[in-house]
Amino acid sequence: MTKTLVWVEHEGGAVKDATLSAVTAAAKLGEVHMLVVGQGVDGVAAEAARIAGVGKVHVADDGAFAHALAENVAPLIVELMGHHDAFVAPATSNGKNVAPRVAALLDVMQISDILSVESEDTFTRPIYAGNAIATVRSKDAKKVITVRGTAFDKASKDSGSGVVEAVNSTGDKGISSFVGAEIVKLERPELTSAKIIVSGGRALKDGETFEATIFPLADKLGAAVGASRAAVDAGYVPNDYQVGQTGKIVAPEVYIAVGISGAIQHLAGMKDSKTIIAINKDEDAPIFQVADIGLVGDLFKVVPELAEKL
Amino acid sequence: MKILVPVKRVIDYNVKPRVKADGTGVDLANVKMSMNPFDEIAVEEAIRLKEKGAASEVVAVSIGVAKAQETLRTALAMGADRAILIQTDDDVEPLGVAKLLAKVQEEEGAGLIILGKQAIDDDSNQTGQMLAALLNLPQGTFASKVEVESDKVNVTREVDGGLETLKLSIPAIITTDLRLNEPRYASLPNIMKAKAKPLATKAPADYGVDIAPRLETLKVVEPPKRSAGIKVADVDELVAKLKALGVAA
Ligand SMILES: Cc1cc2nc3c(=O)[nH]c(=O)nc-3n(C[C@H](O)[C@H](O)[C@H](O)COP(=O)(O)OP(=O)(O)OC[C@H]3O[C@@H](n4cnc5c(N)ncnc54)[C@H](O)[C@@H]3O)c2cc1C
Ligand SMILES: Nc1ncnc2c1ncn2[C@@H]1O[C@H](COP(=O)(O)O)[C@@H](O)[C@H]1O
Repeated sequence: MTKTLVWVEHEGGAVKDATLSAVTAAAKLGEVHMLVVGQGVDGVAAEAARIAGVGKVHVADDGAFAHALAENVAPLIVELMGHHDAFVAPATSNGKNVAPRVAALLDVMQISDILSVESEDTFTRPIYAGNAIATVRSKDAKKVITVRGTAFDKASKDSGSGVVEAVNSTGDKGISSFVGAEIVKLERPELTSAKIIVSGGRALKDGETFEATIFPLADKLGAAVGASRAAVDAGYVPNDYQVGQTGKIVAPEVYIAVGISGAIQHLAGMKDSKTIIAINKDEDAPIFQVADIGLVGDLFKVVPELAEKL
Repeated sequence: MKILVPVKRVIDYNVKPRVKADGTGVDLANVKMSMNPFDEIAVEEAIRLKEKGAASEVVAVSIGVAKAQETLRTALAMGADRAILIQTDDDVEPLGVAKLLAKVQEEEGAGLIILGKQAIDDDSNQTGQMLAALLNLPQGTFASKVEVESDKVNVTREVDGGLETLKLSIPAIITTDLRLNEPRYASLPNIMKAKAKPLATKAPADYGVDIAPRLETLKVVEPPKRSAGIKVADVDELVAKLKALGVAA
């Protein structure tokens, strides 16, 4: 039976939801073991041990791992892969940064961003910005996989009884160091796990207008806020709001696209949403081709009215 | 300092890819091909570093069919100094590409290798990280800012929660994100000049690495289609729909 090692994505001392989808994918392959890497991560390890179906939770607690630098973390994973058959990471920015480095050290091809597990060696994954779905079979003895969170249910958070076990640090390789971070503190739900998302596009004019227009509607709905690349590039909102091929992949119950045209790169990030609602003044905007409910109109009139009537 | 920029010839980002009826792949016959958008950003960054005096030479490398020469000529027209084509009709996977690039780096000894974060055809997002592993070099992936200071490079990265800055020792691997820069258009005189710049053609066999594919594509299909739904006439109707969906009280 396959033994998998799942990368635990965590922040602020808590396991992030992306991990739970990765666990579901890993469970389809076989036994699920976890890897918690960081500094002062006892709480995270305890939480990881409570995820349903989890066996061992390996914990590497060391200053060299505080910022999950790939140069330091990859050798540790390679060592642990001596007794695991598959490394499974959520397709988060950490997962995407670390997993390919592990794959190359193991001399295997990574299977990126899987949508399903067909068998122990066969998976589906999106290519061409999700305009095609490939079924691929890996011939490598060990597998390195990243998992698209929206494609797998979340494993239950508190029914497991894993066993926490410390692993020795492989130390600081001394070729990279952390300088600083600007992490945006969100008061709203996180994009990748939100049930409802309101996204704004280039039409929102500037940062102030974006806030004044989109935020009240999002607050009324308890929704997360997203954006098109055009809105991010123009500086209306920070980069981590971006939804799309190269931004976040989301699949909420309801996605409301406001003043977004619907370029294929944007659709790549949200077209698996359950219900898509589009508000756009151009009735021929491509977004309407995928929207379940469309409203043609000037967003500056429609959105405030909507927020008020909800 | 030399900068190496791997560039891939891919379907143009404005073209909607069409899946072949026999399920073997995406139809690329008579489709417009261009440089991968992230690689244009990589070329631009390398040229800017050269213009600032932080680099002395920019070398573009591509692995692919004979026509990838056009992609390399684009890089030369933007300002790269010379180019290397490792010509093959086979599809080379990221691991194979990384192995070839590692060999090129052994010969070139570049201070920075700047790649795109992802190729918009395979959407793999792995080649740069793999190359860094094979060369045992630090990696600054998804870069939105690059600052060279003597033997170190500061890379600001786009991460899930915002931005993060790392300091890497040189030589280092960088992969570009969209907001790193706005690539220039090659001017007509520069396109003419690029024709005279050196472009060496090699074969994978020259490098003696195993590039046999590890993944077998069993089939390629279209994703489930979404069809257009209904249009509502006004906000009241939309509110009613939202209530029906259970997202509004
Ligand atoms: C390699 C690559 C990767 C990319 N990745 C992404 C990605 O991850 N995510 C992404 O979003 N994009 C991405 N893009 C960019 C993408 O191609 C589009 O340029 C972008 O999505 C357009 O954003 P937009 O819809 O906000 O702007 P526009 O296309 O300019 O659309 C604005 C829309 O607003 C409407 N509008 C204007 N005024 C009003 C009004 N008053 N009321 C109502 N409607 C109004 C207009 O009718 C129009 O439809 C990528 C591009 C490339 C090349
Ligand atoms: N065949 C290739 N030739 C040159 N560079 C490549 C090739 N394939 C991938 N790359 C580089 O690796 C990056 C990431 O590609 P990928 O890992 O396939 O998503 C690209 O943006 C290029 O910079």
